[in-house]
Amino acid sequence: MKLEYFQLIDRILDLNMEEKTITVEAQVPTESTIFEGHFPGYPIMPGVLLIEAMAQASGWLLLSLLKFERMPFLAAVKEAKMRGFVAPGETLTVEANIVHEGSGYAIIDARIKVGGKLRCNSTIMLSHVPFPNPALRGHMDAVAKRIGFPQQIVTP
Amino acid sequence: MSSTFDQVATIIAETCDIPRDTITPDSHAIDDLGIDSLDFLDIAFAIDKAFGIKLPLEKWTQEVNDGKATTEQYFVLKNLCARIDELVAASKGATGA
Repeated sequence: MKLEYFQLIDRILDLNMEEKTITVEAQVPTESTIFEGHFPGYPIMPGVLLIEAMAQASGWLLLSLLKFERMPFLAAVKEAKMRGFVAPGETLTVEANIVHEGSGYAIIDARIKVGGKLRCNSTIMLSHVPFPNPALRGHMDAVAKRIGFPQQIVTP
Repeated sequence: MSSTFDQVATIIAETCDIPRDTITPDSHAIDDLGIDSLDFLDIAFAIDKAFGIKLPLEKWTQEVNDGKATTEQYFVLKNLCARIDELVAASKGATGA
């Protein structure tokens, strides 16, 4: 996890296109300027970043279902519950599953667990459009390789 | 009034916090009711769920952008409801229901 680059997902643990589910792992850094302010003397991962982690995991799931031909963007957070604090250094398991695939959008349920215990969950809406430019597509290709996205899905 | 319109009007009222009695079959979702694209995704989701269909929003938008259709054809509610009825009939035909 590189918070300063908004890289919240470290690697894909499981991607099941039949079941339309994904499980990814994300290691919260032990140190970050974010923790200096959130909060002094009591560092915890901001809830908005946990939501972002769930959105990114959801995005990778949708990218796979879209055969890497369209780019998902966060459209709405329908609900989000922060059920427990996440501390620096903890390893997050982020799971997501498709609830509904609409035309140009999808609804996804996502959750974060630490040591098997639920810390937060959210229902997220992603819209998707054709990749707006080759630079973004190239960046996503590079990230896909880094996090272990199945390369057979990444069509040229 | 068709039950499709009643369901759609209720969905719009609840999703967008628009007074139900201001929504008529001749209302244009965008021009009259002021529904934006994001809110319309919420409406589409609710309609998809309620009717067991998939509104082809992208196809419709593309047709409008290409000048092959007008927004009135898809977003005036009586026309939207007619499209929904067509999709529901096609869906039932496809499943043999």
